[in-house]
Amino acid sequence: MNLSTNLCGIKIDNPTILASGILGVTKSSLKNIAKNGAGAVTMKSISKEPRKGHPNPIITTFEAGMMNAVGYSNPGIEEAKKEFVDLKDVGAPVIASIIGSTADDFAYMAKRFLTDEFAAVEIPLSCPHTPGFGTLAGQGTPKATSDITKAVVKNTKLPVFVKVSPNIPKLADVAKAAEEAGAAAITAINTAGPGMIINIETGKPILANKFGGVSGPAIKPIAVRCVYDIYKAVKIPIIGLGGINTGRDAIEMMMAGATAVGIGTGIYYRGPEIFKKVADEIKEFMKEQDYKNLKEIIGIAHE
Amino acid sequence: MNKIEQPKAFEIINIADEADDMKTFTLKGTLNALPGQFVMVWLPEIDAKPISIACTTNNNFSLSIKKVGPFTTKLFKLKKGNKMSVQGPYGKGYDLKKYKKIICVGGGCGTPSVVFLAQVAKEKGIDVDFIIGARSKSDIPLQKCLNNIGVNLYTSTDDGSCGYKGFATTRLEELANTNKYDCIYTCGPEIMMKKVLDFANNINIDCQISMERYMSCGFGICGKCCLDDSGVCVCTHGPVFDKKTALNINELGKYHRDSTGKKIAF
Repeated sequence: MNLSTNLCGIKIDNPTILASGILGVTKSSLKNIAKNGAGAVTMKSISKEPRKGHPNPIITTFEAGMMNAVGYSNPGIEEAKKEFVDLKDVGAPVIASIIGSTADDFAYMAKRFLTDEFAAVEIPLSCPHTPGFGTLAGQGTPKATSDITKAVVKNTKLPVFVKVSPNIPKLADVAKAAEEAGAAAITAINTAGPGMIINIETGKPILANKFGGVSGPAIKPIAVRCVYDIYKAVKIPIIGLGGINTGRDAIEMMMAGATAVGIGTGIYYRGPEIFKKVADEIKEFMKEQDYKNLKEIIGIAHE
Repeated sequence: MNKIEQPKAFEIINIADEADDMKTFTLKGTLNALPGQFVMVWLPEIDAKPISIACTTNNNFSLSIKKVGPFTTKLFKLKKGNKMSVQGPYGKGYDLKKYKKIICVGGGCGTPSVVFLAQVAKEKGIDVDFIIGARSKSDIPLQKCLNNIGVNLYTSTDDGSCGYKGFATTRLEELANTNKYDCIYTCGPEIMMKKVLDFANNINIDCQISMERYMSCGFGICGKCCLDDSGVCVCTHGPVFDKKTALNINELGKYHRDSTGKKIAF
């Protein structure tokens, strides 16, 4: 069975995509994930200046997932430009990810960092835990989303994916604003919360940042609902993510309206091999249920 | 899916001075760990860092820690009776296979990892030669522990203040001329390990090295410790790598990365 998919003109062998922020610090790690079967890979977000991120622990786990406050550690634009070259070696389309505090920052990043080696660029306007970025910088409103999306679209020829937060009540309005500003796709969702996990032996929050974004199985129903709402609101494709561990999870997300699915936390549960496993499980399900192609699945919850 | 990593607090039952700026903290409780694995030591609201395990018994385990920066300076303020929060163990340890005679090469604060290996090897009846490389006599850790384990200990110091004067690698070459080892195990400065690895490759004997990289999460998610060119994480695929894998680590002995991901030359 053929799972190849066209996502905004990008041909991907299967609908699984490495989510931004998980691995992806180096070109080699992207290559390793592509080797493990990902249809496309997203790099870890790059900012203008180098960032050390938060002290450790930056990630912790709980019964139903993971919580992180990495704090956008990255080597900054100059180092990243040296790292992410000759991207055809990766073996799968590479989606860039850029961050900034203002629309001007994003414009600068798009202009200086993006090359036609990338297949697309994702702008996360939705990080719930890093001051100066995402929802903490007010980027989750329709107005800010529109301004930032326009600034990026103006400065690159690449398709622009806007990553949105589940913590916004009128998420459909934000997705619509992104679409109207020229976004090619919506990535939904970023981590939820923020949440907090307290170690009861010491009586202290585990994350050094105290609170962090919640991911994994716990947020899957929220992610499915968000994708469902966005699908109703926009015509552009959706990359659905949040708690995808199995092929069945991926199918559910596609039924809600996702064209492709992101996987991040799932690597914790099933290793880097999760991409191939999920793709195989999607095929298995389609065979069992007599689906011929993914188009028959995408958005059927709306019919 | 019931995989959860959470820190556990252990009581410190002993603190011993090992060498210059190095202490061994013995913690009460069991840790089901293999030699070469590591734990994350957590100081709430401050930081958490990977620390290799120096030895385990049925009732307790020890971590030998060198004071290198703000985190370890704070850690050194802990006293006997205090608790230390530990998460793990993590990573893949050394493999002793069916070896009969091995040699360990420990350098500086990498030494504890191979001391634990020597302990387990001796328990299995394996003959263990052990080289410690250090700057000077006051820098040699875990000597007493190694004497108790019963290894054949060879010290080498840069200044000749204890044992052989010169590099641990030179001592290794001399010993390998007169002894037949099944495998060389090494943990220490990367330039030293690279020399050990190349030597093992030249004389065609097995070798396992334990690598250090900037590790944050410990479970293969944050990506800070991914190696070039394979892209695998040191925290999950290592820190111990066998000879074949290690020879393919392009960055070995050349560079590592800081917390931002920037390359830093050795």
